[in-house]
Amino acid sequence: MADVRFEAVRKTFGKITAVDDVDLVVADGEFVVLLGPSGCGKTTLLRCLAGLEKMDSGRVEIGGRDATDLPPRRRRIAMVFQSYAVFPHMKVFDNVAFGLRMQKESKAAISERVDAAASLLHIEELLDRYPSQLSGGQRQRVAVARAIATKADVLLMDEPLSNLDALLRMEMRAELKALLKKIDATTIYVTHDQVEALSMGDRIAVMNSGRIVQVDSPLAVYDRPADTFVGGFIGTPPMNFLAVEVVADSGRPHARLSGGLLPVGSELGRLAGRKLIMGIRAESVLVETEPAEDAIRATVVVVEPLGSHNLLTVRTGDDTLKVSARPDVFPAPGSDIWLRIEPERIRWMDAETGAAVDGAASP
Amino acid sequence: MTAAVSWLQRVLLHAAAVLLALWVLVPIYFITLAAFSTEEAVYTYPKQLLPREMSTETMRFFLQSEGVIPSLQRSVFVAGLTLVIALVVGVPAGYALARFVFRGADAFRLTVVATRAFPIVILSIPLAVIFLRWGIDDTIYGVAIAHAALAMPFAVLVTSSVFAGISVELEEAAMTLGCSRASAFARIVLPLALPGLAAAAIFVFIISWNEVFAASILTLRERTLPAHILVVLNASPLPFRFAGGFFLLAPSLLVIFVIRKYLFNMWGRVVK
Amino acid sequence: MGAVPHPPPPARRFGRWEGLPYWLILPTVAYLALFFAWPTIQAFALAFSEDGVWTFAAFETMYHDLRFGEALRSTMILIAVVVPVQFVLAVAMALLVNARLRGRGIFLYIFLLPLAISDLAAGIVWASIFTERGYLNTVLEHLGLVDQPVIWLNPQHQGILLGTVIVAEIWRSTALIMIILVAGLQGIPKEFNEAAELFGAGFFQRLRTITLPMLKPSIQVALLLRIILAFEVFATVIAIAGEGTTVLAAEAYRWETTNMDENVAAAYAALILVLSVVSAGIVLRALRTRKEQLLR
Repeated sequence: MADVRFEAVRKTFGKITAVDDVDLVVADGEFVVLLGPSGCGKTTLLRCLAGLEKMDSGRVEIGGRDATDLPPRRRRIAMVFQSYAVFPHMKVFDNVAFGLRMQKESKAAISERVDAAASLLHIEELLDRYPSQLSGGQRQRVAVARAIATKADVLLMDEPLSNLDALLRMEMRAELKALLKKIDATTIYVTHDQVEALSMGDRIAVMNSGRIVQVDSPLAVYDRPADTFVGGFIGTPPMNFLAVEVVADSGRPHARLSGGLLPVGSELGRLAGRKLIMGIRAESVLVETEPAEDAIRATVVVVEPLGSHNLLTVRTGDDTLKVSARPDVFPAPGSDIWLRIEPERIRWMDAETGAAVDGAASP
Repeated sequence: MTAAVSWLQRVLLHAAAVLLALWVLVPIYFITLAAFSTEEAVYTYPKQLLPREMSTETMRFFLQSEGVIPSLQRSVFVAGLTLVIALVVGVPAGYALARFVFRGADAFRLTVVATRAFPIVILSIPLAVIFLRWGIDDTIYGVAIAHAALAMPFAVLVTSSVFAGISVELEEAAMTLGCSRASAFARIVLPLALPGLAAAAIFVFIISWNEVFAASILTLRERTLPAHILVVLNASPLPFRFAGGFFLLAPSLLVIFVIRKYLFNMWGRVVK
Repeated sequence: MGAVPHPPPPARRFGRWEGLPYWLILPTVAYLALFFAWPTIQAFALAFSEDGVWTFAAFETMYHDLRFGEALRSTMILIAVVVPVQFVLAVAMALLVNARLRGRGIFLYIFLLPLAISDLAAGIVWASIFTERGYLNTVLEHLGLVDQPVIWLNPQHQGILLGTVIVAEIWRSTALIMIILVAGLQGIPKEFNEAAELFGAGFFQRLRTITLPMLKPSIQVALLLRIILAFEVFATVIAIAGEGTTVLAAEAYRWETTNMDENVAAAYAALILVLSVVSAGIVLRALRTRKEQLLR
């Protein structure tokens, strides 16, 4: 296994800049997720590392070696494709053995490694079958087995779970995470599903329009998004954003929302008068059915019972937010509730740039 | 057609289908009858409408007629040569069109399609002159060259759609697992493309086998079967004609059966 | 959240070799240039010259030849009759094939058969039917419609000769149109017809307002191809009519082989090409699809 370095990688397709000057370091054994919406460049970045796309400028390093000009077969990588790309005309055994055969391993070594990979993926009984006889989930396992059998330096995965149905996807997520930890593989994983990213990655690199916006642990990306894009992309439901202005009231800084005043931490005093965006997650807003101190009044619009909690869409002044409430809190649409927000849970962002005010995590 | 079709409608549709099928089959049936009747029966009137006395007399007469067997051999040879040329030249182009986006790809494709619309007439007459100059007039090689030119657009477009139907990720996966691009093509793409390529090959063969105009113009003594039959047709007795007609169309019965699944693939994508 | 199909990067290149596709198409380009473009230029040179001198002589000979008018007329009549009839038949066949009847596979195979039959074979087949002691007369007599064999293929009756050629041509080449139409039909999502039916449209209404318009691109291709191929009809005429009637391609053949005059033959070839191109242009114009009407 090895570490990976992207340095000033740039890739354009005609007039479109798919990857715009990206730097990233992935440590040996680390599981990094490239996360972002369609067209953000994550797959292109992965393919540049694989050698399937030629970069316009910049370099990539794998295990200390400059891999920029090497063809894919010399980069010591293994890749799992979104469509699995399992060879239809070969049996499962031959599929998994393919990379090893290309490396001209001995028959004994091949057999041993294929069996090992197959047992890790629980496909031992399928070795003699053809891909057309397998389900989608089974074919996906074959694709993963084929990739890990080669013991490559870096494992690349391009949305390997997105073609599975929801239930299977959830199971495979956990299984894949455990497996990759077990074999201690350096993995770069591309997905547009933020739930996948949060649950699996050691670190998440959030991408937008060809650039990496934030690289951090899942928790950091969730709690301290670098800007409104990340906050709005991560989390279900996305982070609430409210336009506010910091004012002084009875000696303490307050945030003036369109629906009322909210006391905030004293460190915000220096930002008085500035136009800010208050980012707050649904579960960080406390819902009271009776008027409470330091709480803002809001009107209930929709109540969505989700089993473990209720998701309320509420209106305060000109703002609409989503807030979580306990399952037994079931206010009628149109009724009033009171919202209390813990100041420490608020993520402050500049209204013009969208960037976090107290600095984003470094890539 | 929708799901809610009444019983009467289904019967009518079946009847229409049967009628059209008969329209196609009955003439074939007749010529087969004629080709496998006794020489005497060929001249009698009214003709037997049912296969009562089958015989190979007429066929044997045809096959033993002067020039038939040699021209038959030549037809096979020319068709085979056409097949080889068309595929060797056309398959790389088909692969390029399927896999690469490059400047001029559209123009190239358009040109290839346009050549299919070219009348063979305007092609073969100057070719006769050119081949004379090159010394390959009245040879099967000349005919094969002309046929290959005729079949080339077909070869390019069909193989292009065959390759396009094979996911590019399969090649990419092979390349990440240790293959060079050529090796990935040989190990992954070719085996998967083989059925489609075989169908295209068979169709090229038939195109050459059936071709009459160029073959007649480009040869004098070294005629292919259709050219030979055409030239002697109106001076030949009925048995010869009937048997010849059957012989010409017999391969198509088999060929269409073998490649019928691929035909829609071929023509469907070629249309776009 | 399902799989969001993100638009694939526009260029599916394999990296490194930017020149590779050009090398791959080179053999084809060279071959077509040598054995297509060059001969075509030569053909025009032959048509417009005589023994190395630029002249219209070949065209004049062609024009004043006794059989020219007949050839031109027959060719145009052939096309004018064959193409529409074929289209109606092909549409019927295509719809039937698409209708998923029982035995669809067999019907498909049968309808497709003529695709691989040459024009010469087709000519012989129909000659055997229409010949004096042939099957048509046999059937007619069995049905009691005639008491003695009718001489259909009489060299004096050009009309009937041409008619037989027309029948043979329709029989042989409808399969080609059918296949293009079926491929087009399969590209029409059946939801359109289902929705129309729910709104009360009958079969022919749906055919007219939904199926045929959406089939336009396929019809265009099929029409184009068919017209151009129709100008090449040749062996069918000789097989059925011998010298009785003629078409342009047959005349080109005769001038090249029997009369050994390649200039006049080339003149006929040039005429055929020009007529093909003009017809193609007319068809393309008439069936022009407005870009907005295309679903893609």
